Amino acid sequence: MGTTFALLGAASAALFAGVGSAIAVGRAGQAAAGAVTEDPSLFSKVLILQLLPGTQGIYGLLIAFIALGRIGIMGGTLPGDDVALGLSYFAACLPMAVVGLISALQQSKASVAAIALVEKRPDQFGKAMIFPAMVETYAILALLISILAINGIPA
Amino acid sequence: MSDKQYIYAVARIRAKEMHLLTGGFMEQLIAAKSPGECLQLLLDKGWGDGQVNGVDRFEEILSIERKKTWDLMDELMDDLSPFDVFLYSNDYHNLKAAIKEVCTGTDYEGIFISQGTIEPEVIFKAIEERDYSLLPERMRPVAKEAFDTLLHTRDGQLCDIMVDKAALEAIYEAGYATKNPILSLYGELTVVTADLKTAVRAQRTGKDMAFLKKSLAPCKTLDINALMAAAVDSFDAIIKYLSSTKYADGAEELKKSPSAFERWGDNLIIRAIRPEIHHPFTLGPLAAYVLARENEIKTVRIVLSGKINDMPEDSIRERVREMYV
Repeated sequence: MGTTFALLGAASAALFAGVGSAIAVGRAGQAAAGAVTEDPSLFSKVLILQLLPGTQGIYGLLIAFIALGRIGIMGGTLPGDDVALGLSYFAACLPMAVVGLISALQQSKASVAAIALVEKRPDQFGKAMIFPAMVETYAILALLISILAINGIPA
Repeated sequence: MSDKQYIYAVARIRAKEMHLLTGGFMEQLIAAKSPGECLQLLLDKGWGDGQVNGVDRFEEILSIERKKTWDLMDELMDDLSPFDVFLYSNDYHNLKAAIKEVCTGTDYEGIFISQGTIEPEVIFKAIEERDYSLLPERMRPVAKEAFDTLLHTRDGQLCDIMVDKAALEAIYEAGYATKNPILSLYGELTVVTADLKTAVRAQRTGKDMAFLKKSLAPCKTLDINALMAAAVDSFDAIIKYLSSTKYADGAEELKKSPSAFERWGDNLIIRAIRPEIHHPFTLGPLAAYVLARENEIKTVRIVLSGKINDMPEDSIRERVREMYV
């Protein structure tokens, strides 16, 4: 049971953050395609804005790897029937899973708006990038807490 | 429908908005020394198809611009039906034209407008053969009633007001049916401005309550009973009623001149849609773009007609509408 909870935590981090990023990158991709249809020279600029909400998926993957390593799935001792230990891993992965999902979806909205900004004022690309990047802060904070929590669980 | 997202389409519209005419450009048009210079400014801006040229063919250039807008919408949207609200007025115009042609047995060249939800030929056939089932359900009763009225009374104005009222009701219902705020607002404001214009015209020509009842379409933001009562009373009563509504600023324009009031009505719609310039996901920016294009085509027509008829710059300027961008 302990192993199951621990695995559920690792899978959630990869799953929810990944789903969030997939939807978000898809959404920003539609806007980027619209922008490039009208002005192909914007490709490199809008590509960066499209990729910004993709990072949550990577953070989720990172947390899943760390958790799996600590749990012992990739070699080591499994939590076995230690439910408290399993739940601890589950709880430690939650920040990345939940914040990853929500921040990716919200960041995609900022990215779509930033793509519109770049379409109208290509010279303001630097400023346009800052708006979606602000949302990234919260994904990074969640990543940090998940890493600290996983590493803080006594093996 | 209101939840559907149009991210790709809106991104393309954002780029297209860069090519809309601005207030500054309109000033340039007004300041042009001749209609030819005016037209050249538009051609330089990319208007027309590069082949049609000449002041005498400016209506063709405007038609090309209108077609460009609708071709773009056709490309961007799987289903254009939410925009029926913009096209119904053309359908009902064609209905009036068909009724008049059939009743008088005269062929008026160029009377039909091609951009509608129903082909003009279908409308004409329905009237000619009295086969109203060819028409959409909403149009059948008014088509029959207006045709019979014109046939029996020969009162063209009565026929027109019947069809015009039906058109307003169709636009109003179609606007709210989309559940899109911008299209609902368009439906509402179209009825409001049309009702106010009709009420003023009826008051000036001394029409009675029966006429007003046949002409004014109901809407949410005007009490048409109060408006009708004011219209049979006096011009000042209309001003007083209008001042008590949310459209109080229109009362000032109404006092100035009919053209100032008409301009106020168009500006009201453009101001209402302007926030759409910042919305990234919904149908709103597409609808706003269509309205913005229609508005600039109308304004260019006003300026060019003014130039062709040697109107003074100030007279043209007071008729020029606000631009979306």
